[in-house]
Amino acid sequence: MNRHEVIIIGGGVTGCSIAYHLAERGMRDVAVLERAYLTSGATGRCGAGFRHQWGTKTNCLLAKYAIARLEHLAEELDYPEGIEIKQEGYLLLAYTPKMEEQFKKNLALQKSLGIDARWVTPREAREIVPFLNTEGLLGATFCPKDGHANPFKVTDAYARAARRLGVKIHTYTEVRDIKIEGSLKTVITNRGTFQAPVVVNAAGGHAAEIGRMVGVDLPIVPERHQILVTEPVEQVLGPMVMSFYHNLYCQQTPHGSFIMGLGDPNEPKEYNVRSSWQFLTQMARKAVWLLPVLKNVRVVRQWAGVYDMSPDRQPVLGEVPGVPGFYVAAGFSGHGFMIAPMTGQLMAEVILGLPTTLPVDMFSLSRFTTGELFVEPSVV
Amino acid sequence: MEDKTIICRCEDVTLEEIRKAIAEGARTLDEIKRLKRCGMGPCQGRTCRPLIAGEIARMTGQNPAELALPTFRPPVVPLKLGTLARGGVPDEQA
Repeated sequence: MNRHEVIIIGGGVTGCSIAYHLAERGMRDVAVLERAYLTSGATGRCGAGFRHQWGTKTNCLLAKYAIARLEHLAEELDYPEGIEIKQEGYLLLAYTPKMEEQFKKNLALQKSLGIDARWVTPREAREIVPFLNTEGLLGATFCPKDGHANPFKVTDAYARAARRLGVKIHTYTEVRDIKIEGSLKTVITNRGTFQAPVVVNAAGGHAAEIGRMVGVDLPIVPERHQILVTEPVEQVLGPMVMSFYHNLYCQQTPHGSFIMGLGDPNEPKEYNVRSSWQFLTQMARKAVWLLPVLKNVRVVRQWAGVYDMSPDRQPVLGEVPGVPGFYVAAGFSGHGFMIAPMTGQLMAEVILGLPTTLPVDMFSLSRFTTGELFVEPSVV
Repeated sequence: MEDKTIICRCEDVTLEEIRKAIAEGARTLDEIKRLKRCGMGPCQGRTCRPLIAGEIARMTGQNPAELALPTFRPPVVPLKLGTLARGGVPDEQA
């Protein structure tokens, strides 16, 4: 029997960030349980971008605070090899008057929160991305402080910092069941039993399964998203280019490879991480149309991962009403990586009963019963 | 082999770096791939995979036959986006 103060289920960037932030605030008797290797779920399969350009106040603030942390994360966590950060912006493309209207609304909101994003004409967009096909483009929004970081390195940096503070990380340890007796939770895994008064569900696409183990119905469903990476080439693309019209994003990493992905609105809600040839050809068609210079770049690998989708595309953060000591940090709906520094900090504050740096009440699970949803409009 | 021997030729990863990752706790090919990028290049691990597996086995006392392999992902060989965009028709025939 392994007895701890806190057990975190899920060794993605969220779980590792929560562990680090707890330990950093003095709660060092923490165990992280991960079913495979660290980053094996959504973290290691994501598009590796971060942006300020959101459509709700909470997301803008979470992103702003989180990105400020990412900018200095290697120093904060004493991670000398760095997290491969690049800040050359996100260019969000608008093709319909409705999109333009929404983007301009988003810009006003972002400006009110001190975020430096602006409207650019198709011509200005071509100054930022010289080979961009601007056919049909009405304009775009651009925030120069958006960018890229390596999810493997960010997670490794949090995991190492957490371990140095005494956190135990158990990989290849899959949670099979959870029993609650009084305030004590017993977590049964394929590698022994763990006990703690506090359990945090940071299981991403598996969060609903973990919830069911304690009789909690979490409205979080896995949804497959596919992605590919090319061979590395000379740096030619500064920003992440994102089009909600085409449901795609494409960026060049500091390593030189291009990472690009597509969302499919007809994707079934199920756990599926297989990749398809249909994605490969569709992605290639759209990418070559939008960024013709990519036609001679070779794809080396494609893969898939799942978004942990919630009904309003916002995470569930906090203690589950009726199950004291059982917390959730899941439902990130495709933007968990970029806000992980703040998710970790806020969850640690909530668990330790400290005042929170940003408001978190709106992320409560109870919003799905009271109907107080706040839908994020800007998601691929 | 020497420490400076290149194990992953696509991403220039040396034996020394692989050994360091294993010494720091990596036990599987999947973990080393994600931290060091070996196996992510144009050859997709065809060269480095068995070499790293051997090194993990040697340093951790595991049976190399029992080491889990990372997922083999498509495409089998690097393909130009332009070729894929034309439905698989290569340049010379377009």
